[in-house]
Amino acid sequence: MRITLHVWRQKNAKEAGSFVRYDVPDVSEHMSFLEMLDVVNEGLIAKGQDPIAFDHDCREGICGMCGFMINGAAHGPLRGTTVCQLHMRKFSDGDELWLEPWRAKAFPVLRDLAVDRSALDRIIAAGGFISVPTGSAPEANALPVPKEKAELSMDAAACIGCGACVAACPNASASLFTAAKVTHLGLLPQGQPERSRRAIAMVAAMNENGFGHCTNLAECEAACPKAISIETIARMNRDFFAASFSSRD
Amino acid sequence: MQLDAKVPSGPIEKKWDEHRFDLKLVNPANKRKYTVIVVGTGLAGGSAAASLAELGYEVENFCFQDSPRRAHSIAAQGGINAAKNYPNDGDSIWRLFYDTVKGGDFRAREANVHRLAQISVNIIDQCVAQGVPFAREYGGTLANRSFGGAQVSRTFYARGQTGQQLLLGAYQALERQIGLGQVRMHPRTEMLDLILVDGRARGIVTRDLVTGKVECHVADAVVLGTGGYGNTFFLSTNAKGSNCTAIWRAYKRGAAFANPCYTQIHPTCIPVSGDYQSKLTLMSESLRNDGRIWVPSKKEDTRPLDRIPDAERDYYLERRYPSFGNLVPRDVASRNAKAVCDEGRGVGPGGLGVYLDFADAIKRLGVGVVRERYGNLFDMYERITGEDPYRVPMRIYPAIHYTMGGLWVDYDLMSTIPGLYVIGEANFSDHGANRLGASALMQGLADGYFVLPYTIGNYLATTKFEKVDAGHAELRKVEGEVRERTKKLVESRGKRSADSIHRELGKLMWDKCGMARNAAGLGEALAKIPEIRERFHREVTVTGSGEEWNRELEKAGRLADHLELAELICTDALERNESCGGHFREEHQTPEGEALRNDQDFCHVSAWEYTGPGNKPVMHKEPLTFEHVHLTQRSYK
Ligand SMILES: Cc1cc2nc3c(=O)[nH]c(=O)nc-3n(C[C@H](O)[C@H](O)[C@H](O)COP(=O)(O)OP(=O)(O)OC[C@H]3O[C@@H](n4cnc5c(N)ncnc54)[C@H](O)[C@@H]3O)c2cc1C
Ligand code: FES
Repeated sequence: MRITLHVWRQKNAKEAGSFVRYDVPDVSEHMSFLEMLDVVNEGLIAKGQDPIAFDHDCREGICGMCGFMINGAAHGPLRGTTVCQLHMRKFSDGDELWLEPWRAKAFPVLRDLAVDRSALDRIIAAGGFISVPTGSAPEANALPVPKEKAELSMDAAACIGCGACVAACPNASASLFTAAKVTHLGLLPQGQPERSRRAIAMVAAMNENGFGHCTNLAECEAACPKAISIETIARMNRDFFAASFSSRD
Repeated sequence: MQLDAKVPSGPIEKKWDEHRFDLKLVNPANKRKYTVIVVGTGLAGGSAAASLAELGYEVENFCFQDSPRRAHSIAAQGGINAAKNYPNDGDSIWRLFYDTVKGGDFRAREANVHRLAQISVNIIDQCVAQGVPFAREYGGTLANRSFGGAQVSRTFYARGQTGQQLLLGAYQALERQIGLGQVRMHPRTEMLDLILVDGRARGIVTRDLVTGKVECHVADAVVLGTGGYGNTFFLSTNAKGSNCTAIWRAYKRGAAFANPCYTQIHPTCIPVSGDYQSKLTLMSESLRNDGRIWVPSKKEDTRPLDRIPDAERDYYLERRYPSFGNLVPRDVASRNAKAVCDEGRGVGPGGLGVYLDFADAIKRLGVGVVRERYGNLFDMYERITGEDPYRVPMRIYPAIHYTMGGLWVDYDLMSTIPGLYVIGEANFSDHGANRLGASALMQGLADGYFVLPYTIGNYLATTKFEKVDAGHAELRKVEGEVRERTKKLVESRGKRSADSIHRELGKLMWDKCGMARNAAGLGEALAKIPEIRERFHREVTVTGSGEEWNRELEKAGRLADHLELAELICTDALERNESCGGHFREEHQTPEGEALRNDQDFCHVSAWEYTGPGNKPVMHKEPLTFEHVHLTQRSYK
């Protein structure tokens, strides 16, 4: 099939960017989206031109490194799928696709389709952990965890930190990302001692790092390649308000 | 070069405890005066960096991804072993030790493996305390499953995302230390060389992958946890960025490279679909618990599946290995898949595939149970191939997956360069010639959480360090060499992309040094690799400059190293004139086609020493003795 791409090209954070058109003939339906871009890049390199920059690593939908907008949708049209796992059979001959980087104040563009997502790491550093230095752990089965809780916790822990939720949110909020971690740890007995502290610190870090506020639009949930539920946000808000309340006691 | 494994004396089950007691300690107040560089943020590097920082050392941590959470450990699916014996099915530290030595086909160091089995239980405790959401039973205790040919259930798992959850545990501990200022994290930064001062590892040279800035970092010790080198074969289950540069540069500075030819081929990957293929995707081995592997009995049988009656299907693993069936170890499963495809009985495009069929499992257990067990894997398969494995069998084929070889380390995980430690997949230590499923995660975390933090303390406490400042001649020299190499690559204006040359190398390696090897083929590869390397330097093109984001420059730099390592892999494979584990020399097999070891001549580690450009490397032998697990031919019949 034949695909027309309009790709955001921007040399670095300082220079302005613009869309550039590429016609891609002979796309195989078995290619992944990134393999299709590899082929485009091979063509550019052969002409001595700079290839399109995009982040990727595992190409298995788990590292969270890939991600950009395809026709306004984070990771493209297929629900629950990262762009590295999206295959060309989901498109049709003659399709015209617009590729843009994640757009958010907290994610400055580095080059073309790649952005700086280190703000997400800073949210984790603020409190997204259980403080248990190596060696200080009790015997693993000493603390039973009900299966249902473990499963719910795992649902939230499946977040790959790709930033699609931020990109999809009209307010560029990182609430789904932050809430996923608050939920993962907050559901487990091990996570209880720091539960209040964690919610307060992580929400504060989210605000400090330039992310917007959540206004319950749920675009994040629709864009999340791991289908993390916005119920996690409700949970985070409960923890946050409960903690803010008790810290005023 | 002297190889001294420094295995402590005493009974095997007491070695580690007594050794820990003998190790010198760094006074708590002095720890902050030491800086340790940790390259890598995978299970090995991430756990080490966090643990060292918790102890009070200053840590500089590096990775090439944009976040430490993205190291390729994230992609491990199946699980992690530990000798907890929770299912009460007869497991023990001794049994895990025994299985690992035997599984490695008697090419690992007994003392290291025993320590690994001992520590395995602490790892699970640590991970659970960090909040890793392992699978649970209804009573709230941890669930286990049997994995990759083990006859006990000792594998802990978090759905099909065990690596992800373990890595996030280590990452969270690491981020906590970053937040506390104890670790300085350098993401999107690639180590390009190692700096030695007075024969000791004292720093690294890096390139910032966004700005192109090249700089030196100084420390008292350097730890490499940079993963495996499977990408030498271009197509593998590794991430696109996985590379050998850090260990290769260390090798060229004097670290011995052990058993480079020990590569593991995973039997259950999705077959290649076209020449644009950029990587291969693993389908977890756990699928073999319920899926049945077969090919048509007749050659080039093109009948539709439902027209091939059961009697004309060859469930070749069940037939040949009645007691293990579809659960034989990886090397055995892979070789058998190749054999049936070589006979012309392979399925799918190009005949390079075998069926992994769930029809019987669905009949026996119902779709619901199969979906619960393997749903995410089935979805992934469908996304990639467009075929629904609930209705048609999966097609699978072996692919390069893991490298047992790596930098040689002693019992303390120190390489032949004083002060250079190597952990995780990057070292050669515990898996011998074949790694068992769910043992790499265990080893990475054992090294990082529980071995290195002790052993490195002994080195720091007993070494007098010369002050090395930014103007030190050795720093300037190595940095200059890195700049020179980078400049040469940036000036390459040939006609071919690095990837296209890498594909060529990969194909040669897969054909001549893949699942089955022989002297003639290895000889051919050894003649061709220098030729490809020479063409690489003439024909590669690197667009853009060195002072910016430049993926083509990164790829060319990594490929230059893969092209050199490839030669060492083949040299080692030729030299090891026996079959063992993942290294199958066609000249050495039993009448039934099983790997035939030669313990008389090859019961040793082959550690290669670099002797300068153009010179043949020198091989040193570390003899292996087996006092506890008796040398026997592996049998899975
Ligand atoms: C698809 C897949 C599934 C697997 N499943 C299992 C399983 O179920 N059970 C099991 O036990 N094992 C499994 N394995 C094996 C296991 O995952 C790996 O062996 C293990 O995770 C390696 O960990 P590591 O920390 O050594 O390296 P990695 O996790 O690969 O980390 C390497 C780190 O080094 C950094 N790095 C590399 N080079 C440089 C450089 N030059 N400069 C700076 N940084 C650098 C990277 O950025 C990264 O942070 C699997 C492997 C794969 C590929
Ligand atoms: S490249 Fe890893 S999730 Fe897409």
